[in-house]
Amino acid sequence: MQFVLADPGLHWRDALFLLEGAGHTLWVTAVSGLFGTLLGIALGWMRFSSGVLRIITAPYIDVVRSVPLIIQLVLANSFLSLAGVGFDTFWLCVMVLSSSMAVVTSEVVRAGLASVPQTFRRSARSLGMGKLQEFVFISAPLAVRTSFAAWVGLLLGLAKDSALVSVVGYVEYMKSSQILITRTNEALLLLLGVGIFYFVICYPVSRYSARLERRMAL
Amino acid sequence: MFGYVFYWSLVWDAMPQLMAGAWLTLQIAVLSMFIGTVIGLGLALLRQKGRGTPLRLASAWVELARNTPVLFQIYMMYFGLGSLGIQISSYSAVLIALSFNNAGYLAEIFRGGLAAIHRQQLSAARSLGLSPLQGYLHVIFPQLLRIVFFGYVTQAVWALLNTSLGMLVGLQELSGAAQAAQSVTFRSFEFFFITALIYYALAKFMELGARVVFRRWLRV
Repeated sequence: MQFVLADPGLHWRDALFLLEGAGHTLWVTAVSGLFGTLLGIALGWMRFSSGVLRIITAPYIDVVRSVPLIIQLVLANSFLSLAGVGFDTFWLCVMVLSSSMAVVTSEVVRAGLASVPQTFRRSARSLGMGKLQEFVFISAPLAVRTSFAAWVGLLLGLAKDSALVSVVGYVEYMKSSQILITRTNEALLLLLGVGIFYFVICYPVSRYSARLERRMAL
Repeated sequence: MFGYVFYWSLVWDAMPQLMAGAWLTLQIAVLSMFIGTVIGLGLALLRQKGRGTPLRLASAWVELARNTPVLFQIYMMYFGLGSLGIQISSYSAVLIALSFNNAGYLAEIFRGGLAAIHRQQLSAARSLGLSPLQGYLHVIFPQLLRIVFFGYVTQAVWALLNTSLGMLVGLQELSGAAQAAQSVTFRSFEFFFITALIYYALAKFMELGARVVFRRWLRV
């Protein structure tokens, strides 16, 4: 006997399923963007201010940038399962995505801090500011000016990279479209939906950040 | 916590498959970078000098390539074209999609580099009797590649890492080969750990290769 789905075509209720996937994409991007940025700022500052820390953290950064994200996800997944640690899929994805976000952010932060002229730093210190005060009131605001646009680019990269998390079973927009493609065979229509979804998010933001970059140029 | 026995020997047994996969990965990465560079140079020039429809097409290419996930681009080539009745192999689908993607990113990198080259360089070349093509080949492009060197190397490594998405359309490149090999034994950690090491080595190789090529041919 052959099993046949009653009605495999697209329905309006599938829109709800896609919407849920879209929500997952945005949510996983937002959470890993937040953690990744905070970690990246810390990492970037450490790497900027101490030569020893720069050498210690260099291998980590090198490895994360030279191994594909898919492999990192699969590896983290199978490592946790063989270690016997039960882990929610969502947090697994957040962990891997924010680690990669932290690494790229740290480089941007480091470059931003390096763009602050040494004389500014010295003047702040000679005015009696502590190291932390100098960072908060002098270096950080200037570094934000030069690296904000690049950071926005990284965030968009993260949103696009989040399309890969389905390999460990988290159903975000790409995966939910793929599930529907398998059932309905409407590959082109659903894929166009995917393209428009990402394009509508990324294009305006990247245009905005390019404009901001021109305006903020020192 | 670790009641787990590692079986690395299974990975060594599958090494020939992994190496064949690594070769395919390297091949796609290098080819897609080469095609991407040629098209990217064209797109960058079109965006700098072109007007009307060609300019709009070039801009659309760059924006589409940069603002959608690579995975989407690969799916579009594989499943999207498939549903239009155009069947291409997963190898060509990945190669075309990655070339498309590389061309878009490289065009943006080259645009930044072109902006840094003085406009009169080309006029000077023309006044010395070089044709426009010669002017670009012998005067503009060598300087351009020198300026964008670091961005170019980053993109080359990026292209290498992106080939791993071939796994999702059933291509037996390094990730796909590892996936196939581990599905026989279910030793996914061992397989993907070795795969990660191979990717690391390939990325370093790609970086070194780009450096050597630039040194040799462009005397950067």
